[in-house]
Amino acid sequence: MDAALTCNDTTDDSLAITLSGDWMLGSALPNVDPVLAKLSATLRPAAIRFDATALGDWDTGLVAALVAIRRGAEANDVLLDDGGLPDGARQLVALAFAVKEREGARRLRKDQGFLEVVGEKILRVVERSRDLLGFVGELVLSFGRLFRGKATYLRSDLTQHIQEAGAEALPIVSLISFLIGMIFAFVGVMQLNNFGAGIYTADLVAVAMVREMAPIMTAIIMAGRTGAAYAAQIGTMKVNEEVDALTTLGMHPIDFLVTPRVLALVVMMPLLTMYGSLMGILGGAAVGLAMLDASLVQYTTQTVNSVGLNSLLGGLFKSIVYGSLVAIAGCQQGMACGNSAMAVGQSTTRAVVMGIVLIVVSAAVLTVIYINLGI
Amino acid sequence: MQTNDAQIVAENITIAYGDFVVQRDLNFTVNRGDIFIIMGGSGCGKSTLLKTMIGLKEPSTGDIYYDGVPFWVSSAKDRDNMKRKFGTLFQSGALWSSMTLAENIGLALKQYTSLSDAEIREVAAYKLMLVGLAGFEDYYPNEISGGMKKRAGLARAMALDPDILFFDEPSAGLDPISAKLLDDLILELRDSLGTTVVVVTHELASIFAIGNNSVFLDPDTKTQLATGNPCEMRDHHPNEVVRNFLRRGVAEVNAA
Repeated sequence: MDAALTCNDTTDDSLAITLSGDWMLGSALPNVDPVLAKLSATLRPAAIRFDATALGDWDTGLVAALVAIRRGAEANDVLLDDGGLPDGARQLVALAFAVKEREGARRLRKDQGFLEVVGEKILRVVERSRDLLGFVGELVLSFGRLFRGKATYLRSDLTQHIQEAGAEALPIVSLISFLIGMIFAFVGVMQLNNFGAGIYTADLVAVAMVREMAPIMTAIIMAGRTGAAYAAQIGTMKVNEEVDALTTLGMHPIDFLVTPRVLALVVMMPLLTMYGSLMGILGGAAVGLAMLDASLVQYTTQTVNSVGLNSLLGGLFKSIVYGSLVAIAGCQQGMACGNSAMAVGQSTTRAVVMGIVLIVVSAAVLTVIYINLGI
Repeated sequence: MQTNDAQIVAENITIAYGDFVVQRDLNFTVNRGDIFIIMGGSGCGKSTLLKTMIGLKEPSTGDIYYDGVPFWVSSAKDRDNMKRKFGTLFQSGALWSSMTLAENIGLALKQYTSLSDAEIREVAAYKLMLVGLAGFEDYYPNEISGGMKKRAGLARAMALDPDILFFDEPSAGLDPISAKLLDDLILELRDSLGTTVVVVTHELASIFAIGNNSVFLDPDTKTQLATGNPCEMRDHHPNEVVRNFLRRGVAEVNAA
């Protein structure tokens, strides 16, 4: 039988609510709004009575309606006589009201205007930038301690980070750099052959790889690989109170966790970049030699003559800058991680996004500086 | 070796997150050799108070004096030195997951003593034996059970022979027997080493078994309702909230 609710005014100025049918969640339940409207009307009843003789099965569907009615009754000083309700329902309603709401516990949800939302986001960006700057400052102090030999860290940790950020990244750096070199060579051969200058493909590949592509591609690989790992490792340690455990022993978590990681990545990045350049040039040579009428000697000479020391050092300097940015983004997000599993995921995402944004922005800045310096 | 001189004195401590006050006006004294219980209902700020005592969360007002020296107004360097006399067992053990148990215990020794690696390993092995984990030196934290992690955490907390041991909910997540064993261990440590112990807990069995001094924090009034011996508080404290808590809410029986 369908659930039904009727309410009638009685002669003694009270409201008689009759409940009938099966009040189960998922079936069509009657609306209690008419009852609530009567409770808050100017001419309101003095009391409410229930008649549940025709009530069938019931579950939370009934209790939720009763709780709403009771709340309406209490708000309007209407007496509520729950004698007519089934015992179980009466107890459940009483249980729901047994512990009073803690003052100030309820969160008031307010609608924010567009400007307010934008303003808050901007303030948060400003705050994050300030956090990042503060973190960089702490890191500088920590490197000071490291070089004076006063920092606490495990040498075995450092070597492991170097292993992870160095040798273990070689396969992916090889693959990506080789393919990028091949792509550049394809484009070069197709376009330069139109002018009979196909051999300059060697220059194109070498200069592009050494100056721009190897540093930036390696940095992006490391942001996704190592930056994310740093954020997740440190974030999990934060959630697990491992960072607190370091602090209570009077050790600096930055010295112990962050500095070795940053150092490892900053030292390994130039090496990976040089290796990436080489792989890119090899990839380019594979395509170039296959598609051009050039001998190996000719191609090699062309390549060697195109890359000066300036290009090489310029590229390596970029890789150091990118490497430190990726490591800082990863570690900062890890240290700023909240106290839940979800927060670790968010930190990791943010570390990668922040790392890539910082790489691209600094690439643009460095390119302008290089052009002005004539490098 | 129970003497009655004050080792930790909290003076007018107020702890807040931003504008949200967790606890205000806390005043209590912990004597040397006490097992001091910080108790109260869930969410009343027990763990936050512990964080303030071990230097992880600065109070908004007031200070904590260790042997008469104020903790939070001291310089960061002095604080670091004071912290070295503390040992802390975190709720989940908080062992460093990338290190073996021996390395976990040895880290502080390596940092703050001039012991050789072999000596450090020996000390670590001894501390593990003390907590009943002999032979587990080369295990990683994820290879042992929750109760063992807690005991290993205790071994790490004791690495530097601290003056004061802090425990954050030592029996949480332990079966009754392991919890009892941990309580016994705490008592033994106090009796043999004379260490002062500060324990955050709401396990009544533990409170009465080990505590001889305590502070009761109330989440509703946001301040302390009582301080003193938990058994006396249960039997004689004028405040009903305190008595009910310590009697699991059982109303007073008229002992005619």
